[in-house]
Amino acid sequence: MTLLERLHAARKANDLSRLSEAIPYARWMNMAPENSTGELLTRMRYHPLLIGNSHLPALHGGTIGALLETAAIFHLLWETDNAALPRIINITVDYLRSGRAVDTLARANFTKLGRRVASVAVEAWQDDRSKPVGAAQLHFLVTPVK
Amino acid sequence: MGDEARPKTVFEAVPGDKLDVFQKWFSDTIPHNKALGLVVTAVRKGGASMRLEWQPHLVGNPETGVLHGGAITAMLDACSGMAVATMLTKAQPFATLDLRIDYVHPATPEQPVLADAECFRLTSNVAFTRAVAHHGDPRDPIASSAGTFMLGTKGKAAVGQHAARIAVTGRGT
Repeated sequence: MTLLERLHAARKANDLSRLSEAIPYARWMNMAPENSTGELLTRMRYHPLLIGNSHLPALHGGTIGALLETAAIFHLLWETDNAALPRIINITVDYLRSGRAVDTLARANFTKLGRRVASVAVEAWQDDRSKPVGAAQLHFLVTPVK
Repeated sequence: MGDEARPKTVFEAVPGDKLDVFQKWFSDTIPHNKALGLVVTAVRKGGASMRLEWQPHLVGNPETGVLHGGAITAMLDACSGMAVATMLTKAQPFATLDLRIDYVHPATPEQPVLADAECFRLTSNVAFTRAVAHHGDPRDPIASSAGTFMLGTKGKAAVGQHAARIAVTGRGT
């Protein structure tokens, strides 16, 4: 089954978790989408291998960047009907706080969804949503279904 | 101020085989770098190079076998951070403030990714970096990044405490 076919099957079953199961890196990083609260969130479950600074301890900045990017991709896949997989153009990550050794959640929103380019804003937080650990702005090339 | 008075950087202060020391810090001590299998391949004052082998669990698109952007993001962050560490003149933790990455073209499946980073300016509060990820020719990059790092953030340094102490005191321990 191709990723797009998997996506269609996941939509039909309204089962988001099928999205991440198909992506080896998302599985390895313990990242999965969830929508128990009615909004699409992506969770990165804490694991000791995500640590960048053992003394604090703090999550590796790269893992927060990777979560923000993955959340943007899940949002794009779930909220739009694409004829092909979106291709990332760039990402700008702001690191706002050090990430502690707990689960991290991320939520994406479209800044603008155009015919060729989607601009996506993402925020990540841990226990307190009003205190984000990171935020990102991303651009993707998209091919919407006509 | 003459050269004599200029404080030594961590890179200059590290005794013995500098590559070996930086490999211990950045490939072996940082859990996520180790989990990714990031290997330090070169170090100089203000510069760092790393290598990431293609591995099936790092794939973002199972149809093509292309690596997930997240793995490249983590690599460029780590490599840029190491370039900053070589330039420090005292024991202090630092953290990424922002990182922009342009994905110039997709990584080739089953090919290792190489990264070269440089810290081209270090002020008392902020370090500025640029880096590229490529398959052997840095002029034909997979991804290109610009980053800034805040110096003197809270807590203890992830790595480089030992070398920074040497830099400050001139003694090993």
